[in-house]
Amino acid sequence: MAEKTERYNIRISGLGGQGVVTTAHILGSTMDNAGKYASLVPFFGSEKRMAPVEAYVRASNQPIYEVGEVVYPDIIMIYHSQVVTHGKSYTMPFYTGLKPNSLIIINTDFDVLTEEDEKVLNDLNATVVQFDANGLAKKIAGTELATNMAMMGMLLGLTKLVNAENIEAAVKERFLGNSFVASGGTAALDSAIEKKFKKKEELLQKNMDVINKTFEMADSVDISGSDLIVRLDV
Amino acid sequence: MSPNKRPMLEKKLVDMNYLLKEAPREQHFITGAQAMAEAVKRASVDMAIAYPITPQSEVMHLVGDVFAAGHIKEYYRAEEELGTMSAIAGASRAGVRLFTATSGPGLLRGLEAIVSWPGHRVPAVLGILTRVVNAPLSIQPDNIEMAYMMHCGAVMLHAENQQDTFDYTLAAFAIAEKVDVYIPVAVATEGFFVTHAKGYVDMMSEELAYTPFDPVAAPVPAMDNETPPARIQRDAPVQKSNFMSYLIHSVWQQEIWDSNSRAMKYIYEYLGGPIEVQNPEADVFVVASGCAAAQAREAWRYAQEDGLSVGLIKVRAIRPFPKNEIADAVKNAKALIVPEHNIIGWLSTEIKASIPNGGIVVDGPRVYGGMTLPVELIMKELYTALGLEYELNL
Repeated sequence: MAEKTERYNIRISGLGGQGVVTTAHILGSTMDNAGKYASLVPFFGSEKRMAPVEAYVRASNQPIYEVGEVVYPDIIMIYHSQVVTHGKSYTMPFYTGLKPNSLIIINTDFDVLTEEDEKVLNDLNATVVQFDANGLAKKIAGTELATNMAMMGMLLGLTKLVNAENIEAAVKERFLGNSFVASGGTAALDSAIEKKFKKKEELLQKNMDVINKTFEMADSVDISGSDLIVRLDV
Repeated sequence: MSPNKRPMLEKKLVDMNYLLKEAPREQHFITGAQAMAEAVKRASVDMAIAYPITPQSEVMHLVGDVFAAGHIKEYYRAEEELGTMSAIAGASRAGVRLFTATSGPGLLRGLEAIVSWPGHRVPAVLGILTRVVNAPLSIQPDNIEMAYMMHCGAVMLHAENQQDTFDYTLAAFAIAEKVDVYIPVAVATEGFFVTHAKGYVDMMSEELAYTPFDPVAAPVPAMDNETPPARIQRDAPVQKSNFMSYLIHSVWQQEIWDSNSRAMKYIYEYLGGPIEVQNPEADVFVVASGCAAAQAREAWRYAQEDGLSVGLIKVRAIRPFPKNEIADAVKNAKALIVPEHNIIGWLSTEIKASIPNGGIVVDGPRVYGGMTLPVELIMKELYTALGLEYELNL
């Protein structure tokens, strides 16, 4: 019998400008740096600020054959409360297709789930980790543009998929390397971020500070308990 | 850059067996479109012809770069797809190696010319990067267009991933030009899922290239355009009488399909055969081609982990269709699950018609319009065929 495949099928829903696709790319490189496997699929739609964006990442200890969007995720990441409250998403409701015993990470500073949502997620034995990633990004990096780093850090901190060195290498590759272009729009955004931070190294450090902070936060909580929603203070 | 100033590269010329099986390879992480262009780069192509319309893939754009770098002698931008495919037929009369690629609506627009290639003995290689063709239109990778190609006599290969796209495209040039084949070879793969996504591809050095086309060895002599043969079309023998036209057409087309069958031995030689079989003793098989085979492979792996008696059959060749090989592989099977990226299920129809126990074929799961084919849908069919429950909330 083949070696047991450890596999996470991740669906990331957010709004244009939040770094959803960039997160997918960095997650992919992180897995690669850790000697593991990943594949990613951005959803091509109307890419513009505040419009729905979805990206999908598959991460595994084994080679990945399948392609296409993740229809039945084990992990869902919600980058903006409006994905839930305004239905700004290609997948409605946001938990469609979620597998039992799964993890949901939501960036929000208030409770976004309705009673009906909570019932469905309870029945699926899901765990929802809720924290204000925007606020954390502003507090640590001084800009909301590091929200995606907070989200990615929380995911990796909770799942322990890779270690901090793997992440740092991938983030370095993303921001200090010059060969990577996710899309024209993302490249333009990068140069805007770079101006804001003046120096790339400073940008890298701020990003890593956010990620390290989310690692600490993830370590401080136990998500194996019976509570559906775990709220983390920033 | 002017083509005249463009330097043609000097390469080490090798035969296809060395190129595919022996030449050292290095791993690259590239898209399916790049993989096809990289194969063309190593194939000593004399001429590429294309009409770069949307929806295309990046293939013919990348082949243009390959031309500019001096790997290809000529690149002709045609008026539209019918013009492209007609120009391929015309250019082949000069005795040269030809490549083009198209997608979806472009393939259908060029089809009138393409279906005449086998009868005209045009040994060109055609890349098909599948896209939706029927309304409402989308640019996603539904592969129903392959059904329209299946009845013209061309050899058709269907690539699972970026590596297959590279290997099959190279092999296609060798298969097409065999004296006992000498008909076009189409290499199809799914647009977007393969063409726009990156995967690992092991490639040999680009200093190597396949032995150039030899018009003297070709079974159809190249036309000498300095002294063109007189009255080649106007008084063609098929126009002498109705009876002659029936007779010549029938023997000619029988010979085309015989040529198609004779390609099978070269599919064995270069690609290891028209099918891949995993777990041959299994009770239930997933049978799939192209990108659906990648989804099937994932389902097969999960089934192995769950300890189920499940096998995988990947179909590499759609024409010639491996009737005997599939019939033999599934003779003791209880059910065949055939996942497809089109609404009509052309692969499942072919399989049913090819095997004596056609009743074991389970139609689907199928997705269309270029939708993702979730592995979970295949798993559900596998569990159901084995009489087990599979929990899946749709």
